Amino acid sequence: MARDKEYNRREFINKGARLTLGLSLAGVGVAAAVNAGSEKYLWQIDPFKCTQCGRCATDCVLSPSAVKCVHAYDICGYCDLCGGYFKPGVTDLDTGAEKQLCPAAAIERKFIEEPYFEYIIDEELCIGCAKCVKGCSAFGNGSLHLQIRHDICVNCNECSIARVCPSDAISRVPASEPYMIKGDFTANESGEAGT
Amino acid sequence: MTRKNYRLVFLVLMVFAILALNAQQRFPKPEFESGYEQPDTTTPEPRAGGMEVFDVIVLFGVMALATWLIIKKRSRRGVLWLSVFTLLYFGFYRNGCICPIGSIQNVTLALFDPGYKISITVLLFFLLPLVFALFYGRTFCAAACPLGAIQDLVVIKPISVSSWVRKTLSFIPHIYIGLAILFAATGTDFIICRYDPFVGIFRTDGPYLMIGLGIAFLVLGMFFARPYCRVFCPYSVLLGFMSHFSKKHITITPAECINCKLCANSCPFDAIEAPIDEKVRTESTIRKNLRNYVIFGLLVPVWIFAGGFAVSGAHVFLSKAHPDVYLSELLIAKPELREDTENLDIQAFLESGKSMDQLVEEASVIRAKFKTGGWYLGGYLGLVLGIMIMNQFVLRKRKDYIPHKRDCFSCGRCMDYCPVARQEEGIQPEKIRSNAVK
Repeated sequence: MARDKEYNRREFINKGARLTLGLSLAGVGVAAAVNAGSEKYLWQIDPFKCTQCGRCATDCVLSPSAVKCVHAYDICGYCDLCGGYFKPGVTDLDTGAEKQLCPAAAIERKFIEEPYFEYIIDEELCIGCAKCVKGCSAFGNGSLHLQIRHDICVNCNECSIARVCPSDAISRVPASEPYMIKGDFTANESGEAGT
Repeated sequence: MTRKNYRLVFLVLMVFAILALNAQQRFPKPEFESGYEQPDTTTPEPRAGGMEVFDVIVLFGVMALATWLIIKKRSRRGVLWLSVFTLLYFGFYRNGCICPIGSIQNVTLALFDPGYKISITVLLFFLLPLVFALFYGRTFCAAACPLGAIQDLVVIKPISVSSWVRKTLSFIPHIYIGLAILFAATGTDFIICRYDPFVGIFRTDGPYLMIGLGIAFLVLGMFFARPYCRVFCPYSVLLGFMSHFSKKHITITPAECINCKLCANSCPFDAIEAPIDEKVRTESTIRKNLRNYVIFGLLVPVWIFAGGFAVSGAHVFLSKAHPDVYLSELLIAKPELREDTENLDIQAFLESGKSMDQLVEEASVIRAKFKTGGWYLGGYLGLVLGIMIMNQFVLRKRKDYIPHKRDCFSCGRCMDYCPVARQEEGIQPEKIRSNAVK
């Protein structure tokens, strides 16, 4: 009989604890659900905050990085002397390897008509080092800029580049608007996408 | 516009560029005459959103199947194959990165940062395994966790570890989950994801440290079974709480335990508790234990206070993990670094136009959060320590070999060793004994 009593008491305590844990779990669930949405979030770079520090190439968990240079043709000036393509001080504007800024030779330069050239990024080769972005932003229109490519990005819970980004340019964006391509996306004061 | 003219304009604009760095569209888009068609800027799509829902369904399905296999079917083989599937799907296919362990941080951030919107699928990933554990024990660990699965499959020659070592090590997950919550709540870092040892292996890509850590854990795991689960896993704290009070838990024997001791060494995780000799439970021992239990019970508030005092005292040190706090301290300690053009963080801060006062103000807000959080974290750790000490003096009546409900991963290995189960299946006892000897 004594044993039965003991087991009854233990069972009672267990039941009580189970109920408490269940309720607290429900509480946490509801409290978090208040702030929940069905929208999925992805990491993306705000090109207007980016300072082209080069960490995107080195700090992504993937190698090569999921960050690639993209070209917003809409705002490209099609310059002959492209600040993103040529090393500073180059005078003979041809496609010699020693004249190219890109360490991976990922930019293709194509003649269109005098005096305009088109620049195409080969994303297979691009490592996201932002050297071209720096050149283009400093001397040109800034049409070359970095973006996280979502077909490559594994969407880490916390982006390891975002953690080290000195200018906090990487943030979570809703999956319905996964890119901040310059031209469509322009900087405004709230830092959100405008038209 | 001729080419030469163009270069002249470029040079003039170079000067302007230095004056107005942010100016855009220095060179207007040309009007082409050759019929050139401008290519589109591509935007490759992310993985379809519906797939997240699919992941939740798979998780639910795997856990339901695992629970059925363990509680009803009592099949270790089934659990094994299910864990292989989990390893392939959640591990190598989904790259180990939609996982309940890391979701602790997402839930924490959602509770503390109103600006962060947690997705429902992540919340479900956090809640489902806990709900299952509350009813059926840690069936998630058995077959639905890719980190558990990869370690479970490399267990070759598990060694038994003495109970005091295990109990001491079991304090580490409490520290880990506490720090993870503190860091997530202050918006500092997601340390669980950052130090996930297996995600590098699942992706077959990653920094050397990540891969190296994973391999080290697997090598260790051949002898000390499931090292990450037992010594580090922060989610194990929550699962353990739930499982401890679970309604139905895995049982070694389907019927009455006959105390044959065949299962005693079957558990690679030392999670089977042997019966307690009634001779040990003498009147005097019980009385002594009760006295110690009460004394150490009264000491619990002391541990809580001491813990809170110690951890909140370390808030200056802990808060350095936050990049803003680190930067402000660095700039105060070494103002000459402002001139250092190599220091990207400082240069980016100087370019951002934020004033030093603003940065210091932000840092002190974060530091204050660490101080408050430190009290909670330290108090919690003190409480856990106090309860662990009190539990040393619990000598419950135990007549059978039973799994420890909190530590047991419900892997089902022990079930295969139980002769009672075999007998019910109609196998002769002699055969069992010879099998067990093998």
